[in-house]
Amino acid sequence: MSEISTREPLIEGNKSLKDITDDVFNPIIAKPGKLWFLGLMIAGSAALIGIIAIVLTIWKGIGLWGVNKTIGWGWSITNFVWWVGIGHAGTFISAILLLFRQKWRTSINRSAEAMTIFAVICAGLFPLIHMGRFLLGFFIFPYPNTRDVWVNFNSPLLWDVFAISTYFLVSLVFWYVGLIPDLGTIRDRMKTKFKKKIYKFLSFGWTGSAKHWQRFEVVSFTLAGLAAPLVLSVHTIVSFDFATSVIPGWHTTIFPPYFVSGAIFSGFAMVLTLLIIARKTMNLQDYITVNHIELMNKIIILTGSIVGVAYMTELFMAWYSGVEYELFAFINRATGPYWWAYWIMMTCNVISPQLFWFKKLRRSIGFTFFMSIVINIGMWFERFVIIVTSLHRDYLPSSWEMYKPTLVEVAIFVGTLGIFFTCFLLFVRFFPVIAMAEVKTTIKNK
Amino acid sequence: MTKYWKSIDSKIGQDKDKVQEKKITWTNRRNFLKLFGFGLASTFVLSRCENAAHKAIPYLIKPEEITPSMANYYASSFFDGDKYNSILVKVLDGRPIKIEGNNLSSISQGATNSITQSSILSLYDDTRYRKPKVNGEDSDWGTIDIEIIDQLKKIKEENGKIAIISHSNISPSTKKIIADFKKQYPTTEHIIYDPISISGLLDANKESFGKRLIPNYKFEKAQVIVGINADFLGTWLSPVEYTKQYVQNRKVSEDKKTMSRHIQIESGMSLTGSNADKRIIINPSEEQNLIANLYNYIANSLGKKEISASKCAIDVSKLGEELLKNKNKSLVVCGTNNKKSQLLVNSINQLLENYGKTISLNNALLTKQGNDKDMIDFMSNLKSYKGIVFFDCNPVYDYPNSEKLTTSIKNTDLTISLSTIPDETSELVKYVCPANNYLESWNDFNPKEGTYSLAQPCIQEIFDTRQEQVSLLKWSGIKNDYLEYIKENWKSEIYPKTNRVFDFGDFWTKSLQDGVVEIDVKSSEPKFKNNLSSIKLDDNKKSDLELQIYESVNIGSGKYANNPWLQELPDPVSKVTWDNYAAISVAFAKDKNLETGDVIKINNTIEIPVLVQPGQAKNTISIALGYGRTVVGKSGKDIGTDVYQLIETKEFRQYSLGKISFEKTLNTHELATTQSHDSMEGRDIVRETTIDKYKENTESGNERHKEIEKHHQSLYKEFKYEGHHWAMAVDLNACTGCNTCVAACSIENNVPIVGKEEVLRAHEMHWMRIDRYYAGDPENPEVVRQPVMCQHCDSAPCENVCPVGATNHSSEGINQMAYNRCIGTRYCNNNCPYKVRRFNWFDYNKSDALKGNLYDPHGMTLDLPRMVLNPDVTVRAKGVIEKCSFCIQRIQEKKLKAKLENRALQDGEIKPACQQTCPANAIVFGDLNDKNSEVSKLYEQKRRYHLLEELHTLPSIGYLTKVRNKS
Repeated sequence: MSEISTREPLIEGNKSLKDITDDVFNPIIAKPGKLWFLGLMIAGSAALIGIIAIVLTIWKGIGLWGVNKTIGWGWSITNFVWWVGIGHAGTFISAILLLFRQKWRTSINRSAEAMTIFAVICAGLFPLIHMGRFLLGFFIFPYPNTRDVWVNFNSPLLWDVFAISTYFLVSLVFWYVGLIPDLGTIRDRMKTKFKKKIYKFLSFGWTGSAKHWQRFEVVSFTLAGLAAPLVLSVHTIVSFDFATSVIPGWHTTIFPPYFVSGAIFSGFAMVLTLLIIARKTMNLQDYITVNHIELMNKIIILTGSIVGVAYMTELFMAWYSGVEYELFAFINRATGPYWWAYWIMMTCNVISPQLFWFKKLRRSIGFTFFMSIVINIGMWFERFVIIVTSLHRDYLPSSWEMYKPTLVEVAIFVGTLGIFFTCFLLFVRFFPVIAMAEVKTTIKNK
Repeated sequence: MTKYWKSIDSKIGQDKDKVQEKKITWTNRRNFLKLFGFGLASTFVLSRCENAAHKAIPYLIKPEEITPSMANYYASSFFDGDKYNSILVKVLDGRPIKIEGNNLSSISQGATNSITQSSILSLYDDTRYRKPKVNGEDSDWGTIDIEIIDQLKKIKEENGKIAIISHSNISPSTKKIIADFKKQYPTTEHIIYDPISISGLLDANKESFGKRLIPNYKFEKAQVIVGINADFLGTWLSPVEYTKQYVQNRKVSEDKKTMSRHIQIESGMSLTGSNADKRIIINPSEEQNLIANLYNYIANSLGKKEISASKCAIDVSKLGEELLKNKNKSLVVCGTNNKKSQLLVNSINQLLENYGKTISLNNALLTKQGNDKDMIDFMSNLKSYKGIVFFDCNPVYDYPNSEKLTTSIKNTDLTISLSTIPDETSELVKYVCPANNYLESWNDFNPKEGTYSLAQPCIQEIFDTRQEQVSLLKWSGIKNDYLEYIKENWKSEIYPKTNRVFDFGDFWTKSLQDGVVEIDVKSSEPKFKNNLSSIKLDDNKKSDLELQIYESVNIGSGKYANNPWLQELPDPVSKVTWDNYAAISVAFAKDKNLETGDVIKINNTIEIPVLVQPGQAKNTISIALGYGRTVVGKSGKDIGTDVYQLIETKEFRQYSLGKISFEKTLNTHELATTQSHDSMEGRDIVRETTIDKYKENTESGNERHKEIEKHHQSLYKEFKYEGHHWAMAVDLNACTGCNTCVAACSIENNVPIVGKEEVLRAHEMHWMRIDRYYAGDPENPEVVRQPVMCQHCDSAPCENVCPVGATNHSSEGINQMAYNRCIGTRYCNNNCPYKVRRFNWFDYNKSDALKGNLYDPHGMTLDLPRMVLNPDVTVRAKGVIEKCSFCIQRIQEKKLKAKLENRALQDGEIKPACQQTCPANAIVFGDLNDKNSEVSKLYEQKRRYHLLEELHTLPSIGYLTKVRNKS
């Protein structure tokens, strides 16, 4: 702790341990504000629209989407990769930063992990519903059956199934384990009998004994150790969906690191979006300080620059490889019918994050919030560019086509945003947004 | 009986059992009966909730030739009043389901065209007349016959005139029946007209040779072919026959390094023009003058007298020189319905000494006989007819200025239509006597002098219909049935002409089985007696904008407009489906600021969307006939625009208009194309060379193949195909792009129809497509075509990405789809470099587990059209990927057949649907492990390459480079 004391304190406001508990606990028992209800209403409606669109798709068929004979994946897989990417920040913060003993993560890891779980739920939806035969989707699991059919372990899509489900499970468990001490605290403070009962159940009989703490630490570190490689592996495997194929613009060895850094890049942007809103509306300015935001912005510069370098490398390789299809794919991205998508991507992902080199901008909350949205738009377009512009003009010009999403596809995307925010709003209402127990370790007991 | 117990334990056990028995006393006899009764009753009641049982009565005695689920093939003939095709009809479990070409016919030589292929759906057309009708009300044959005979007799007594209007009639027996009818009603006139008339050609030949017929063209014998507005590979006269001939001298191989040279002179880009080595673009108004100039050039060179003609803008000397160099090995054909032009062409062929060599007047083609003058006379004397019989024709739609006819039909006492489906004409007449579909009818044909063929019913009449000939027989008071009539006619007319090896009974049986009878008719070539000295050329002036009206390869004259298979087939040149359009040139579009989809108004009468067509003559517009039907089933209604009414009727019907006006409207209309990009982008997709280079080096144009083969290596052990290794060779030099394979493939494999809206969204389902690319000058581009189906890659990118292994490789080299394993991730389609996989976007055929989501815009799942489905091919459910299977069902069928007969499979025994029907012999399927198979031999050719072979997908489709005859 000695190096911590020489630095600025991680949380402000000279909080005592009780203050922290009060600050985190009060929103849970207080009557939620109008803003919360309004938010829940909007998010819930969006989710409902999405669910209707999903049911329609399953009933009528994928023909309701704009995908066609040439472009088999459109918004669905774009959204899938985008959501998975967003999830990465949570795991990165809680697992990798935990292993690296970055204490500053304690203020933000809880909500970042929650975000991961909700994002992965949204992400997982897309591969499910993009299947033509959703009802037979279980074929994708290697279950023993009398017909002696087995899944194809050569397929990156199958790797996806394992990668995403493992990732989801580990993240969920990790998040939940972290919650247990705090749930215990809430249980102890809860006055209503019914609620007390629920939190009692949720806290698994946490007593705060030394033995409990010791086990808690062990489990946390073990799970962190498990989760850390997942940060790298999940998006690596997602990138294999593209990298192992033969389509120019997809068939690239640079994809795994490029996708992982892109994922962390977009994930941090989403964490920033959420936390800037949360700290404002839930009065958590003392916990999530400008310092936190600045630190996250630094990671954004780093990962954003990696992504930028990756873009340049791709372009260089397209030219250097001497493969006409590869070269064409990249020229077509920048100058073809989807040039606008490419330049949105370039502007949002490569140029704009560089503004964070200025300390003033890095520490400006308004600007950071704006940038976090810009980056998420940019990263969405990155996936759109990779998927759609590579497919729409591949090898045989006779099959070149254009892709335009339909309302149903847009509704499903809006729906996942709805599901995401609904979950997040419920989370901030019923669970401790700040990891109390962990934050408490960073301050000196007064 | 007393039960003795062995020990005290077992005694206690027995007592326990007793206690338990007592506990369940409710299972006594009464309760049992109650429950039994209830169970029985509820089983009975519940079972009634099931679907009603369909009657399936097995044969008591199995007919010898029918084995359930085994197909029979019956020889028959297709003739729609325009084009003839000798066919085999595949009949499975009593339903005709597919049409194949008949190998025994020397005309179609085993091939068909897309219209013939698709005509089978017309048998199951849901809009067909189901009963005779009087004034639109259902009637029955008894009543209608009495009424008609009464009226006919009345007209006969009053000495009123009766007209039978029909298209060309090549049936000897039908001709005789009409003659019999005339005997009964002597005031009858039989008026023949063709929607697409060649009266000018027939009349010119009458003048030149004294015989009004179509000469027998021999494209295979010509070294130089000049086609002048004659789409002989697509629509002109006998395109299947001509394609068969044409490719003979177009194919090259290591043994035959020569090919004919083809020059096409035309205004719009036709299928034939797009295959030409050289294309000369002219306005329709310039055509006659150009022919005259060509004549003069040749006559001058040969020291013959020239005719007076103004100098034409296009230099014909090169063309003339080429023709002269190939004297008696050249062929000039002209498709324009103009006697003078045709006379000039005849004279050119005569000067070039082509008669007897590349053109023969023996074995003349008889499929078109219409005389424009007859119809013009009929139309001008409409009032004098008291009775009109429309013999399977629809002049209200397909004859110009038909309003006159419309009013006259309403005022004529007796009007009869012998149409199978409601059309513009039959809706107006008093009596509709619905005819059978040709697959329900007996008939005989005489398509060429010396060639006779039979048509036999392959199914009993589905509805209460009667074939035209029977109706006429009945009204003439002849008791004979039509089959007997044909037999008698053959006995007296045709049998005596044969060498009489068999007696008539055997002759008849053999003819019926073969479908065709070919009799040698040798006579000397008639004398040429053209006299051009008095010819006065038409006074054609080139105007700002001219219109050319042409026959569409897919829709033809419009008779089959209600056939969704044909409507969804892309145009061979423009790739547009479900529409006709005004084709304009690139320069014209630029000048007038038009782009594809803009709607223009022509002559202030018709509105039609434009399509910018590379290769269109600059100030011309080309529009296809056959669209814009108003009284027709759903698939044809309001599809495209009718241009029959724009045709001018002078001495001959003119399919080009010298001067038209146009204005741009503010409307737009989306044209659904299946190919949106026209350029090959400099990629190595279709490899081509010229004949000169090919002579020097058979590898020319294909040098990369060797280079890529050198890099052939793999980390994995190569799979060795024991047994068969199926592969296909596609000769790009032979393929003309006629689309027949696409139609045949779709029909064979139950490929669903998706409709225009879905084609617009690039959701078409065809397993096979013909890619068409333009190169060079957009005003007169070179065109290349490439049939693309699943390439059955031995190292297939689609196979390893499927998460559930729904697509995999067979031990015989076929890339297979297990439809019921597919979950529809579409990853395989994304990863297919050839984009040949098709996804079932909706439930197209009522096979989905969820209800109420059928997507069937053209009623293909109705009970009747559903009968055409091939039961050997699964219909695919919503959400699965499908694609070319190399017609696996055919492979399996022949393999089993060979096995049952305990013999090896012969090369050529298995023919996928595309190969079977190809008029160009461009597709060859076979076993690569058989070194003597045709496909193996083609694989040996230095021209062989594979599409995108640099990707090392190792396709099982080999393409042979295109060779052009140009310097």
